[in-house]
Amino acid sequence: MSAPAWLTSHADEVQAILDRYPQKRSALMPLFHLAQEVRGYVSEEDLAAIAELTGVTKAYAESVISFYSLYERKPVGKYVIHVCNNIACGLEGSAELIRHLEERLGIKAGETTPDGLITLHVTGECIAACDAAPALQVNLEYCNKVDPEKADAIIEAIRRGETPEAIGDMFGGLSLQPTAGFTKSSS
Amino acid sequence: MGFEPVLTKGIGEGDLIDIDVYEGQGGYQGLRKALKELSPAEVHEMVKESGLRGRGGAGFPTGVKWGFLPNDGRPRYLVCNADESEPATFNNRMLIEYNPHQLIEGILISAYATGAAQSFIYLRGEFKRGYDVLMRAMEQARRKGYLGKNIMGSGFDQEITVHRGAGAYICGEETGLLSSLEGGRGQPRLKPPFPAVSGLYGMPTIVNNVETLCNVPHIIYRGVEWYRSIGTEKSPGPKIYSVSGKVKRPGNYELPLGVTFAELLDLAGGLHEGRRLKGFQPGGASAPILTADHVDVPLDFDSTMEAGSMLGTAGVIVFDDTVCLVRVARYYADFFSNESCGQCTPCREGTAWKSRILRRLEEGGGTMHDLDVLRSLKRTMQGTTICLLSDASTFFVQSVLERFPEEFEAHVTAGGCPLQLEEVRSA
Repeated sequence: MSAPAWLTSHADEVQAILDRYPQKRSALMPLFHLAQEVRGYVSEEDLAAIAELTGVTKAYAESVISFYSLYERKPVGKYVIHVCNNIACGLEGSAELIRHLEERLGIKAGETTPDGLITLHVTGECIAACDAAPALQVNLEYCNKVDPEKADAIIEAIRRGETPEAIGDMFGGLSLQPTAGFTKSSS
Repeated sequence: MGFEPVLTKGIGEGDLIDIDVYEGQGGYQGLRKALKELSPAEVHEMVKESGLRGRGGAGFPTGVKWGFLPNDGRPRYLVCNADESEPATFNNRMLIEYNPHQLIEGILISAYATGAAQSFIYLRGEFKRGYDVLMRAMEQARRKGYLGKNIMGSGFDQEITVHRGAGAYICGEETGLLSSLEGGRGQPRLKPPFPAVSGLYGMPTIVNNVETLCNVPHIIYRGVEWYRSIGTEKSPGPKIYSVSGKVKRPGNYELPLGVTFAELLDLAGGLHEGRRLKGFQPGGASAPILTADHVDVPLDFDSTMEAGSMLGTAGVIVFDDTVCLVRVARYYADFFSNESCGQCTPCREGTAWKSRILRRLEEGGGTMHDLDVLRSLKRTMQGTTICLLSDASTFFVQSVLERFPEEFEAHVTAGGCPLQLEEVRSA
């Protein structure tokens, strides 16, 4: 197995991650994140290299990475969509949103479009955007209140090649409601 | 006099990620006061006197928690729990993305008070934008001399390490979080020993929630008396209520602790036209349901407990008469089953079977015996495991069985859900 290219291309970042913790083993998760950022997923050679860097066995590294659902272990699309399917989004129609996306993309949840552009995931973990239900993330950037029209607009933005950050700016936003001047009516 | 927002002040007006904007509204004055005028013990005393209670769910007094640290010369750590993942909870994400310096300041003051050698922020992996924002804010704070060595010329050193999680609800449980931060599977540990005695790397460790730490700069800068003038005697201070579900204006509402549900619902625009309130959870998915009879319950730690629920994370989710509570229970059951770490048999097996039973009830194959089994989970799944996930997974379904037994019974007799769920979705 050859050493992954990011070991040399991101050598400074790797060292900074290792230096950040009192114990090397803590660097496992940030190194998984780094590998995934570079490759899109964490490959076998990434896992082996990270195990060596942190002084653990490959089996141990595998036991850790398998615990966490955000790590991808096989190739995914350039854009990864996570649709929230917890309670608030469920009440506001996440099931329809998922059906709509599956139909538009021509894939099922968990799959990637044949052109390798988009992977569709459905997550049961609440993504902390309940005021914006139904919500989804594109490469972890939030999109609020995604009705079918907005879902189509998001797919269009992806196909235009917008960055995830730009997509977050276009479709995400703040959830604060003003309360200044509130006075208690009771007591 | 009307309430003035504390934690959310300036959010949505200026760009608080810019340190100059934050300082322009009094930012880093609490840190300055702590380092220049107060000893760590005095800061600790102020936090204790303020009556600040942990905002992560348990409502434990923060100053008392800090007092559990042993004085034995071992290095201590401060960990900020930013793994916000309780369903229906979304205020930490806003505090991080829109006011990162407030959190950084709160951590620095708290690290000073607790004598921490290093601080960590365990940030939910999904909060990628929050991570970028925190990194930018920390860089600015470092340039100003607020982070790193000899902060503000006081001789106090502190580094903050942001550690991203990767999709595991259980890492919000403080010992699961520590296991994860150490580079392991996020499996909770038996308590005692509590983290204050044996936490990160076996060292004395304080774990505090984002919102808790965000209160600290204000307590130090504006004083205990001012702080205690907000909220109630036993639950002082401001609180950000995250309101979602069947209301017109869901969102984050910062208010004095102890507002009633009716007041909060009113601010959130009330129910949709023609709907009737069925119930609400005051504190996320884990909280037992309260009913239309509880609208005047003050949403503070003790009053919600007396009413038979809990404030938890103050993620307030509202159900109207179009919502099927069996369906809600099934959503939660699937969630908890998926998030069980698998260490303890009652939780690993119990959450999975609960999920199957609820699915059966929803699909029309349920029996009255299924309801007895669900009731028996009180005995088999509460108090029988390492952490509280198992217990928490049963609270909602138990409370619905107790307060809305007819909802469950109707599913058995009607052979499925009597409500037309399509109506719910078109709301």
